[in-house]
Amino acid sequence: MPEIINVEGLCKTFGKLQAVNNLSFTVNEGDVYGFLGQNGAGKSTTIRMLLTLIAPTSGKVELFGKSLLTHRKEILAQIGAMIERPDLYKYLSAYDNLKIFAKLSGCKVSEQLLMNQLEVVGLADRAKDKVKGFSQGMKQRLGIAIALIHNPALVILDEPTNGLDPQGIADIRKLIINLSKEQKKTVMVSSHLLNEIEQVATRILIIDKGKKIIEGTKQELLDPNQTVVEIESSNNGNTYQLLSNSSWASHLQPITNNIVSLTLNKNQIPSLHRNLVEMNIDIYSLQQRHSLEDYFLKVTKGNYVHTV
Amino acid sequence: MYTLFKVELYKIFKRPRTYIAFAAMTALITIIQLGLKVDGKEYIEFVLGDLSNTLQVDGKLCNGYFVCFCILNLLLIHVPLLIALIAADMISGEANMGTLRLLLSKPITRTQFVVAKFLAATVYTLLLLVWIAFLALFVSIFIFGTDDIFLVKNNYAVQIASNDIMWRYLGAFFFAALAMVTVAAVAFFLSQFAENSIGPIVATMSIIIVFTIFSTMSIPLFNKIKPFMFTTHMVAWKEFFDVRVNADNESIAGSIQRPDKIINSALILIAHIVGLVSLSAYFLKKKDILS
Amino acid sequence: MKKIITACLLLLNISFANAQNADALIKKVKAKLEQVNDYVAEAKMKTDVAFIKAPIGKVKVYYKKPNRLKIVKDKGISILPKGGISMNTSSILGMANCTTIDAGEAVVSGIKTKVIKLLPTDDNSEIIITTLYIDEANSLIKKSATTTRENGSFEMEMFYNTYANLGLPDKMIFSFNVKDYKMPKGVTLDFDDDMKPEEKAKLKHKKGKVEFTYTSYTINKGVADSMFK
Repeated sequence: MPEIINVEGLCKTFGKLQAVNNLSFTVNEGDVYGFLGQNGAGKSTTIRMLLTLIAPTSGKVELFGKSLLTHRKEILAQIGAMIERPDLYKYLSAYDNLKIFAKLSGCKVSEQLLMNQLEVVGLADRAKDKVKGFSQGMKQRLGIAIALIHNPALVILDEPTNGLDPQGIADIRKLIINLSKEQKKTVMVSSHLLNEIEQVATRILIIDKGKKIIEGTKQELLDPNQTVVEIESSNNGNTYQLLSNSSWASHLQPITNNIVSLTLNKNQIPSLHRNLVEMNIDIYSLQQRHSLEDYFLKVTKGNYVHTV
Repeated sequence: MYTLFKVELYKIFKRPRTYIAFAAMTALITIIQLGLKVDGKEYIEFVLGDLSNTLQVDGKLCNGYFVCFCILNLLLIHVPLLIALIAADMISGEANMGTLRLLLSKPITRTQFVVAKFLAATVYTLLLLVWIAFLALFVSIFIFGTDDIFLVKNNYAVQIASNDIMWRYLGAFFFAALAMVTVAAVAFFLSQFAENSIGPIVATMSIIIVFTIFSTMSIPLFNKIKPFMFTTHMVAWKEFFDVRVNADNESIAGSIQRPDKIINSALILIAHIVGLVSLSAYFLKKKDILS
Repeated sequence: MKKIITACLLLLNISFANAQNADALIKKVKAKLEQVNDYVAEAKMKTDVAFIKAPIGKVKVYYKKPNRLKIVKDKGISILPKGGISMNTSSILGMANCTTIDAGEAVVSGIKTKVIKLLPTDDNSEIIITTLYIDEANSLIKKSATTTRENGSFEMEMFYNTYANLGLPDKMIFSFNVKDYKMPKGVTLDFDDDMKPEEKAKLKHKKGKVEFTYTSYTINKGVADSMFK
């Protein structure tokens, strides 16, 4: 597989702050590359360095096998990027916003092309409306349309689900999978939320404080035998007691933060569920977490927002 | 770069803010014209002041040419605000809307970006001046008619024959354009240091106000630094309205008292523009886009 | 200025015996001027005030007996002494109620002239004294100088050629006093004041002049009264 992104020893300091510290990674063609880290871990700084928005303090960045320093224009023409949620030109319509960026991306602009693209992101019926009245989700979708209008080989999405409702998040997820599977594009997507990344990524990189923590394929990082299930019930203490006296005792983990968790194989979950009902435990929730999540939690000191 | 330039122009003329300047100019000029139409005589008396103790200046003093001169004299102090409104927003506005990172990650060099944006701001400035010229000169001529122009200066008064005026206005508007593009360059330069346009607009106006105070006050200390202030040179358009006289104290038609001053000021303003735009490109090239 | 002239016109009506020579000369001059009932003259008018830069303008001068005079500039702005110029040689001589004094002789522009002073008999008169310099040989007024109570003095100097026989000048220079030019800065909105002090000094303490160079006269062809309204 040809290398699309190759970063070696990348560093960036802002004054005394080491935002990115000796970061190296490779993104291959066809990857959906998950870039995971807490807010402020250095994800955005890294992505901005890939897009020449920030000049690296040191290190080597190559895209499509060429140095970013010497082939900037050529490389950028093949990248579609959305960095966080852009507000765009509020006084212009969705159509006009898209037209501007299509032109600047070197597209042969036609009404059909623009309308098709708006159709893809579900904004065709709002094409002539000013962006001023758009919801965050709509702006996000327009941002994605802008990133994809020139049919780039590499798509970089920085925190694409920030501020979106569950439906919006699901749409983005579908879009990423479509880009990769149907359109055979290489996608790099960053997030501070593990479950978003793990559902779409084929390879994952976790960084913290600008340093690489771990990088690998999803298969490597996610072992289904290491599934962790969290149970929240009416009386967690009692639940723990009941389970420790049952056949599940060997799976039971020490109770932390008043949450009962068990490590087990994914296909054991249904029977656990049945047993809990038989034991007359009132369950509020039963959540499945992977070891990667534990890992992520561990490296990020557990300071992250858990979403469903 | 041409595409970027066209896109920038498209953006400028699609936003409502642009037309505020044109509307403001129309309103201000109309007010001045209305005022002079109603009370022109009193204003002329005020302008003539002491002169009317010994002299009687007869004729249509309050004519279109004179009105245009008054408008330029009054407005060229205020137009910079309207220029800054757009020019100071050129980069800061993009940062604010989150489009700067989008634009700069497109296959365009930052130098192209700066030049295209500045050229677009220049086009806006020039169009604003064309509009001012149309209202202040041609509409005034339509309302007030034409005649010789009689102007009072610090040390003397000048009368210029009506057939010797039009080319002076052409020169004056060209020069005013240069002065206003300089203002645009200042605002544009400041624009990249902020993430919303308020800061650069206020900063541009503050610089112009402070510099104008330096330029206006005749204090020996200030006089030394005056030649270095662009505001001192911005008013050199008035030199087009001063004539030379021959040995018999007859004014020479088609002459300018101090053409060297106009050329000198124009060169200084051009140097400012080139310098500020180059600096803008230099700083933006080195800048990390964090907005 | 108009008042001064009107006063003069009234005062000069009386002539005095003790200046018989002078009176005779004035009569001679008057007789010459009497030939002209009216005229329309085209002239170039040049205003020469040190602190004013003005182009030469074209004017039409209308005159009708006994003392009506009007300067019309069809286009452009004219800068004249306060009150305007409503005087020519005939209107001066039309004056009355004056004491005539023979004041000897003087040379004006290389020509020997008789100096005659006219003193108004009325104490309240604005005019204190008017001096006429008359070319005796040709019965032409070469120069007149008038001193007033309020407005200083003014002079008229005449140069004759084509219409010397009718007493009409080819050129007339009207000189008057002007106050120094003072303009508050706020009015002009000019920033710099880079005139050298010696240049500024040149613009001060000078007389103002309005120079008429007559290019043509249309004499005794009638001028409508409406012109002088």
